[in-house]
Amino acid sequence: MSLVIDPRSVDRPNSYIGRSLPRPNARKLVEGRGQYVDDLVVPRMLHVAFVRSPHAHAQIGRIDASAALGLPGVLRVFTGQDLAAHCDPWVAVLAHLKGMKSAPQLPLPLTTATWAGEAVAAVVADSRAVAEDAAAKVSISWQVLPPVTDMETALDKPTPVIHPELGDNLVFERVNESGNVAEAFKTAHKVVEATFHSGRHTGVTLEPRSILAEFNKGDDTLNIHHATQAPHMMQEVLAKHLRLPLSAVRVICRDIGGSYGIKVHVYPDEVAVAVIAKIMGRPVKFVADRLESFGSDIHARDHRIKGRMAIDAQGRITAFDIDDLTGIGPYSVYPRTSAVEGNQVVNLVGGPYDFPNYRAKTTVVLQNKVPTCQYRAVGHPIATAVTEGLVDLGAEALGIDPVAFRLKNLMQDDTYPRTSPAGMRFEGLSHVKSLGLLVDMMDYRGLRAQQQLLRAEGVHRGIGFASFIELTNPSPFMYGIGGARISAQDGCTVRIDPDGSVVAATGVTEQGQGTEAIIRQIVAEAVGVPIDVVRVITGDTLTTPYGGGTWACRGAGIGGEAALQAGIATKQAALNVAGAMLQAAPDALDLVLGNIVDKATGAVRMPLAELGRIVYFRGDTLPPDLPRELMQTRHFITKQFPFAFTNGVQASHLEVNVDTGLVTLLKHWCVEDCGRIINPLLVDEQVRGGVVQGIGGALFEHCTYSPEGQLTVGSMVDYLVPMAAEMPDIEVGHVETPTKESLLGAKGAGEAGTAGAPAAIMNAINDALRPHGAKVFAQPFTPERILAAIGRVPKR
Amino acid sequence: MSTEVAISLTVNGERISRRVEARRHLIDFLRLDLGLMGSRVGCEHGVCGACTVRVNGLIARGCLILAASLDGDSVETIEGVSDTGEIRDLQDAFVARNACQCGYCTPGMLLTAAELLRDVAHTGTTPTRAAIREHLSGNYCRCTGYHAIVDAVEAVGKARMSGSEGGKP
Repeated sequence: MSLVIDPRSVDRPNSYIGRSLPRPNARKLVEGRGQYVDDLVVPRMLHVAFVRSPHAHAQIGRIDASAALGLPGVLRVFTGQDLAAHCDPWVAVLAHLKGMKSAPQLPLPLTTATWAGEAVAAVVADSRAVAEDAAAKVSISWQVLPPVTDMETALDKPTPVIHPELGDNLVFERVNESGNVAEAFKTAHKVVEATFHSGRHTGVTLEPRSILAEFNKGDDTLNIHHATQAPHMMQEVLAKHLRLPLSAVRVICRDIGGSYGIKVHVYPDEVAVAVIAKIMGRPVKFVADRLESFGSDIHARDHRIKGRMAIDAQGRITAFDIDDLTGIGPYSVYPRTSAVEGNQVVNLVGGPYDFPNYRAKTTVVLQNKVPTCQYRAVGHPIATAVTEGLVDLGAEALGIDPVAFRLKNLMQDDTYPRTSPAGMRFEGLSHVKSLGLLVDMMDYRGLRAQQQLLRAEGVHRGIGFASFIELTNPSPFMYGIGGARISAQDGCTVRIDPDGSVVAATGVTEQGQGTEAIIRQIVAEAVGVPIDVVRVITGDTLTTPYGGGTWACRGAGIGGEAALQAGIATKQAALNVAGAMLQAAPDALDLVLGNIVDKATGAVRMPLAELGRIVYFRGDTLPPDLPRELMQTRHFITKQFPFAFTNGVQASHLEVNVDTGLVTLLKHWCVEDCGRIINPLLVDEQVRGGVVQGIGGALFEHCTYSPEGQLTVGSMVDYLVPMAAEMPDIEVGHVETPTKESLLGAKGAGEAGTAGAPAAIMNAINDALRPHGAKVFAQPFTPERILAAIGRVPKR
Repeated sequence: MSTEVAISLTVNGERISRRVEARRHLIDFLRLDLGLMGSRVGCEHGVCGACTVRVNGLIARGCLILAASLDGDSVETIEGVSDTGEIRDLQDAFVARNACQCGYCTPGMLLTAAELLRDVAHTGTTPTRAAIREHLSGNYCRCTGYHAIVDAVEAVGKARMSGSEGGKP
């Protein structure tokens, strides 16, 4: 059978895979005609506003809602007790993260608030404004408890235990070790070390978390319009904890205003909305405001890492030794858990390099702050900053160029497949080729020469590099083996309609990445139709194949392969019918741009629309036993490797003003190898968006807390995000090493930018500060920290 | 607790008369009272720019203006300027260059960019990339790296300057 389209072939007429095409859903968005959850208005819809804990740690006493209930338009006030009867608690642990523990959690807590911003009561009214008015009138008798705010002392004896039933504040601990680290350091030619801090930050999706829940008491079905990345996961969670069959719960995602991992978790306040809708039998909407977002969206990356690296006399890295500590808030977040970020750090440090000895330890502890969980590039920016910071220190200790030191120590491109000392399996990476391309793109020699000249004039410019690996296309080894009901498999159904139009329903979802665009390209090419007749359906548990959604860079690699296979199967089905209609062997026919053609000559035999007409309206004219299944579903799951690792390298060129401590970004480069590129236009801006998000964490973004556990950044005035004026132009280059696990060969591309940018920025700042002998390792690299490093202001 | 105020104004060329709560800001008035959902609510304190609309021809933050203050005024939203075709070239460029991902910031970003490029055809000068970045620096986009947005605005500016296509109708 030679029907298979092969994206590996370079000569493919009428191809769509690999082309820079605009997104089909972009037009409505630029006209403001998208539809986000907050745009939905349904009859008898109610609104929720939450009463949130003003204390980081406090016992909830009497809740007096009488004044709130007295306001016109207020219908109900729910407490934790009211909702607990209708919802089973969850405990966010994964079995494969051995020894992990966390406390049971409910939509609203019963006795104790454990972070400032935790929802403790829900006010339901006929408008959000009235619900907020009423929430301000709910009076709660608090008994304030001492908070746990410093992760360094979270496990010390005098520190209060947040959940006494757990015995201590330890969530998870893991040591990942191979080789002989002690010996490597004993015999090292050089040892470099530093303590790194990654500032706690958050996603700041422009569209806040949003949910509209409708429960039909007539048939006991729950409809959820939700800004989520993983509708099937949410369907599972709501069905299980609200005690409904899976078939009674439908989760629908329309347009979603950004996600980045923020919208892939179970938020107790959102579960509360579903429970309230079920109790009241009326549609209930909740859209977080910005203050609520800062105080209740997951935070991430609150880590302190002590790292050291050993180098032998030949300039080869012989060992990494890492001690990571992270504070995750009072609960592990359901169902992915909050131990995964630390676990990623101990899996990913040293990732691009060829060295024999490895030890990495993570300690995950509780604290009375906003819960942390997976946010874009989970653990990668931390591991990359530690690795690349140490690598630059190593080059400096040896007195050699950082590029030369990397070229000497990177895993060579012809040494795959291989397994890293951390136990990660790599199918095929291109570190050396990627770094070579990057150095050419940026004119590295020219920049170095310019740097020297400007230093003489007192201008401090720096060049920083960061090689990185990125985990994409996760198998069940990520969550499924730990017991989480999160699908690593995804599916696609492709259907040819009577006029030759094609509909593709996919389990992967769209939050702006371009999922609809790439599925459309793949299906159009696989079936053999013009792209504009293909319509893609995403984000509806009732109408799409069961799948995982879009996270961990799985949309293109897993959803894309399912779409490719479903498209090929649908084309085969059409050609089988065409063969019968045209008295030809199906193998001798092809489907090209919506026409059945003679494969050898390309001569058009029949439009696909004619085939559609016969199949759907005149099936009587076909042979009775001829299958005419113009709708095919295929699923895909990775089986050979737990993850499809990608790689890349970034460089930052910047200037540090040593009088003000301000950093001006001049230019940024990224070379990324995400395997087969389906649409370069989309990949490039995905990479750039990721880079900017990484820069945000490196320079601006920080969820700061008072010693009492009060979040001191509650608005976008206090919490700085990257805006256009501070961001540089970002040049993107590609190397393509397709995965052989799939015909499509695609890996993920969405997190690479975020993975590498902070390390590149850090190394560039430290390169700029070299004449001052100063270095910074604590993100965000604020003017104050930079001035303190060079001794212009006191260290705090 | 709140007082209602009667206002008459023009929204996207249509005359509108309503009684609004004194505390109702423009963005809620547009979205909740008029059903014009194209303008988005992002931060409600004037930082993110998602609610950018035009008031009497100039861009403004819908979350920082009380609807009650707009009696006799003229408001334009993304729906209005899309219908008139006034920024069609900018919209085309945003689509062509993937300058919009999730789309939540896009209406505000487009109206802000449109203001910057308003006089390009008339003056014969188009803003530099740095000037574009500066002008857009009140509009937060978390998805793109801003690079594609700057590309799109720059391309439309150049096209309007040369009169090759687009240009203000």
